[in-house]
This record gives sequence, C-alpha cells and structure tokens, in this order.
Amino acid sequence: MKSFIVPQEIVPTRVKIELIDMLSATGLSVIEATSFVSSKWVPQMADHTDVLQGIQRAPNVRYPVLTPNMQGFQDAIAAGATEVAVFGSASETFSRRNINCSIDESMLRFEEVINAAKEQQIPVRGYVSCALGCPYEGCIEPPKVAEVAKRMYEMGCYEISLGDTIGVGTPGSMFKMLQKVMKDVPVDALAVHCHDTYGQALPNILTALQMGVSVVDSAVAGLGGCPYAQGSTGNVSTEDVLYMLHGMGIQTGVNLNKVIEAGDCICNALGRQTNSRVAQAKGRTL
Amino acid sequence: MMAAAMRLVNRSILTPGMDRQFLAFSSAAHLRTVGLRAADALPEKVKMVEVGPRDGLQNEKTVVPTETKIKLINMLSESGLAVIEATSFVSPKWVPQMADQTEVMKGISKKPGVSYPVLTPNLKGFQAAVKAGASEVAIFGAASELFSKKNINCSVEESLQRFDDIMKAAKEAAVPVRGYVSCVVGCPYEGKVAPEKVAHVAKRLYSMGCYEISLGDTIGVGTPGSMTEMLEAVSKEVPLSALAVHCHDTYGQALANILVALQMGVSVVDSSVAGLGGCPYAQGASGNVATEDVVYMLHGLGIQTGVDLQKLMDAGAFICRTLNRKTSSKVAQATCKL
Repeated sequence: MKSFIVPQEIVPTRVKIELIDMLSATGLSVIEATSFVSSKWVPQMADHTDVLQGIQRAPNVRYPVLTPNMQGFQDAIAAGATEVAVFGSASETFSRRNINCSIDESMLRFEEVINAAKEQQIPVRGYVSCALGCPYEGCIEPPKVAEVAKRMYEMGCYEISLGDTIGVGTPGSMFKMLQKVMKDVPVDALAVHCHDTYGQALPNILTALQMGVSVVDSAVAGLGGCPYAQGSTGNVSTEDVLYMLHGMGIQTGVNLNKVIEAGDCICNALGRQTNSRVAQAKGRTL
Repeated sequence: MMAAAMRLVNRSILTPGMDRQFLAFSSAAHLRTVGLRAADALPEKVKMVEVGPRDGLQNEKTVVPTETKIKLINMLSESGLAVIEATSFVSPKWVPQMADQTEVMKGISKKPGVSYPVLTPNLKGFQAAVKAGASEVAIFGAASELFSKKNINCSVEESLQRFDDIMKAAKEAAVPVRGYVSCVVGCPYEGKVAPEKVAHVAKRLYSMGCYEISLGDTIGVGTPGSMTEMLEAVSKEVPLSALAVHCHDTYGQALANILVALQMGVSVVDSSVAGLGGCPYAQGASGNVATEDVVYMLHGLGIQTGVDLQKLMDAGAFICRTLNRKTSSKVAQATCKL
C-alpha cells in the first residue's frame, strides 16, 4: 500500500524536528508536521508522536497532521495535535489501491473523524488526490473532483486541497477542474497542491491564483519524489513558488532566504540535492 | 522521508468588495498579471523556435562532433518544429563549439517548410553564413549596457550600428533577420533592467528591419510580474505579433512566464530540446527552458504547435546520451519512468 509519502530511507526523528523548527521561523503559517497512519503502512512516520511532541511550536503557526481514521485521530489528539487532515481521492481505483477502500467507504471513515474533531473543536482539512489525473485511471473528469470536494466540504472540512498527484495537469486542465469545483465549493475554501513531475506546477499555480485561489501547498526543497514515476520530482518547491509569488507582488509573510536555509539543511542531512531551482541558482550565482 | 507540505496563506489581501479574480497589489502592472484571467483568449497556434543546436550546445561544457549536431538537427526537423536555429557564424576564436558552422549548415537535410536561422554578429559572419547556404539570420542586442560591453565588447548603441551593415546586406539578399534582445528582465551585472530600455532596443531592431524580436530573460530571474511589466512596455513600440519570448528556467519560472506572455498575446516561444544549455552566470544551474515541457503545457492548453512530442523526446534522448548528461526536461524524465 502506498500513501502520498515516498518510501525512501527513514529520516531520524531529530532531523525532522530540526527541519520543522527551522521552518517555524520562516514566516510560514501552516506546517504539516507528520502523519498518524499506522507505522505498518508508513514506517517513515512511525515517530509521529515524538515529532509532534518534540517540535517547538511557534505562536501563529499551525501544525496539522494526517489522520486517516479514528485510531489515527485519537492518537493525534493524545499526542497534542490541534488540527488534522483527511485524504480523499477523486479516483476509485486510486482510493482502493492507496487506502484499501472505495471513495464512499473512505467518506464514512472521514465523517467519523470529522464528527469527533467537531466535538473537540479541531479544524479538519480535506485533501482530494488525483484531481487532474490518476496513475491507474488516467483522465479524471472535473465533475467527479467537484463531487468529492463538495462532500468533504459539506461534512465539515474547512478547506479542500486539490492535488495533482502525478503532476500531469496543465493550465488547461487546472482551469477546467477549478471552474467546476468552484461551483460547489467557495474559492476561499480551496487550495491547490501541485506536483512538478512534468514541470507544470508553477503555471498551474498561477492559473489557480488567477481564478481566485489563495492557498498553495508546497514542500521545502521539493522534498518527496513521485511514487508513480521512479526518480521523477513530486512536490513543487516552496522556494520556487515563493520566488514567483513575491515577483508578482503577492504577500506571503514568508522569508525566502530562511526557507532556502531550511532546505539546504535538510538536503545536507539527507545527502541529496535540492529540487528547488531557486535554491540551486542562489547557491551558484556570480 | 517526510513530505513536509507547507502552505502559503494570502487570504489577508483579499478585501470585501474586491472582485475575486484579483489579489491586491501595490502596482497596476502586478494587478494586471493576476488580473489576466485564466480564461483570457490564448493564441490558437504557437510557433516554437528551437534553439537547442545553437544556444543549447554553445552553452554545454562538452564540444559536440559535427555529425552529432547534424543528426540532432535532422531529428528535430522530423519532429514538426518549423524553426531550428542551426549554428552561429561567430568567430571560432570566441565560440569554439560553433567552429564547424559551415559543415553543419551544409551537412543538414533541410526539410521543406522548416527554417534554419543562424547567428551572425557582424557583416563578416553574415557573408560566411550566406555563402554556407543560410537563408535566415539572427542578430543579438542587449537591453543592458554592462552586459553588452562584457559580452560583445561594445555599447548597446555601437552594437546596433554594427547591425546596420548586416541589415542592408540582408535586405539586398532578401534574407529575413530575427532580432534578439537579452537581459530583458534582469542583468547579471546591472541587476534590474528598465522596461523602457528594453522597449527602446526592441523598437530599434524592429525599425531596422528585423521581422521578429525575441525577448530573452537571459539569467532567468523574471517572474510573471516583471514579465508583464516588460511586455506592456515593449508592446507599445513593437506589435505583439512580432514578439517572441526566450525564457530561461534558472529560477524555475520559465513556464509561468511563457504562460503570461501567451495571455498577453505573444505567440512565438523559444526553447531548447532537453533544456540544453546551462546558465553561464550560475554555474551548474539550468538555463534554457526545455522544449518538451513547453510543448506539454501548450498541448494541455489546446494550443497547436505542430510538434510531435514523442519525436521531440527522441531527439532529446539522443543528444543527452551523446553528451552523457541527464535531460533537463521534466516531461522527458517522467515519461521515461512511468
């Protein structure tokens, strides 16, 4: 079973904590800290409790964690989580292969989590994966994405992050998908989570911004490859997104240089090169 | 590895009563960038200008054998590209990678309907180019004084005067001339470049007789913000139909910059197969945007390019094998590994 996290080497807990602490000082207001998935499925997140309890939470920064089911939710709360996230899919096949159940079944699971979260006043963010394409089904029609997004929003997710899981989307498909979804979910409650596997992330994000979306997911140094295209990039780099946004005069509250530092630090610790073009260029200019 | 996904929250700048399509900015140009609606009419067709064999190979560390260059150009000719910059008639003293300029020009199989422009920095280069069979040439100006001095050893004005000779000769020989302006949104020496300066140089080249002006973000520092500002200034002096954009991907901004250029009405895009050609100003950083990635985006937008992406990728794979380097095209990387 795969999740959105790329199975690679296990990162030591203290390295994760150090990364999150560095990111907390950059101006980022939301940092997804860990995942309360069973360590049987995602061994890289086995230290979820230690991470959540080990980080120094900055005031004005939120640290949501993934909670796929009630067990995960309860563990997360016990560990001190104050915001959680649930992961749905616009593709039946992806849902079955990734979390072992149909979309409908997953919605029931999420409803449980959302209801429990409501009681404790814990905000829940909803993710919809395969919003622009599925590694198994190929093309995903916008109405399906809208249907899943709407369900999760109406169940009580305060925000829906639409994910281009395999990075196949282009400004063309992004526009069509958002046009449909925005009929059912207010644009204020939408976010885009673009992957850069085909180099399309920044124009896709730009398209989303032009349509009114104002929340963008990204990963420092572009951490996290694509599990469906071995060796290819996955997440878009926070540094590259920031560079674009700042160049357009959009305020983010984030200090780009501090993010680059955090990225350099984690890349050193992992013994790998950054995926961020901005970080690469800044490291090498005259 | 932890997928640390972060979120940028911009909500504070949306104010009530403001059209949802717009995010609040301080300057009108920036407002325009985002205000360009995603639904704005894009060109139906885009002409791709392939600069890999010249701009790309010129900026690669490895010197490529003549037969390899010829094979690359021939493969590109088969991919549907209508313009392929073949070589450069600069003195081999300055650009040894292009020393085989005449053999390349004579060795390629020119496909009917495909144009093979070559760079000609001066009259001597022009004459050698025409003798070698060139039927289109290109000249290179800069929007930055310092860059002009460091790159071609003369001021912008002096370079434009040199081009006068070429323009006259080209007119007589009925050879079309394309003009390039480098450093249109930033210079490695001067920093920010004023849009008016770019407009001035572009206008001069256009008035001299260049049929098209390619605006180059030489160090890739541009963003949709600076790109729109610059294009607004230039399009006041040169018709949009005569403009092209030549974006570098050094900061990962190329596709976003190309998108806004298309939204503003530009319909000619320069790119380099496999993203050949690093950035000479940021050692090891990327330079030219990869043709494959641009074509993927354009096709996804329903824009016709005439290019067969698979054949293009084949050409990219070939040259990368020969150069013993990884492709810089994300589309090529992803396609090979699914």
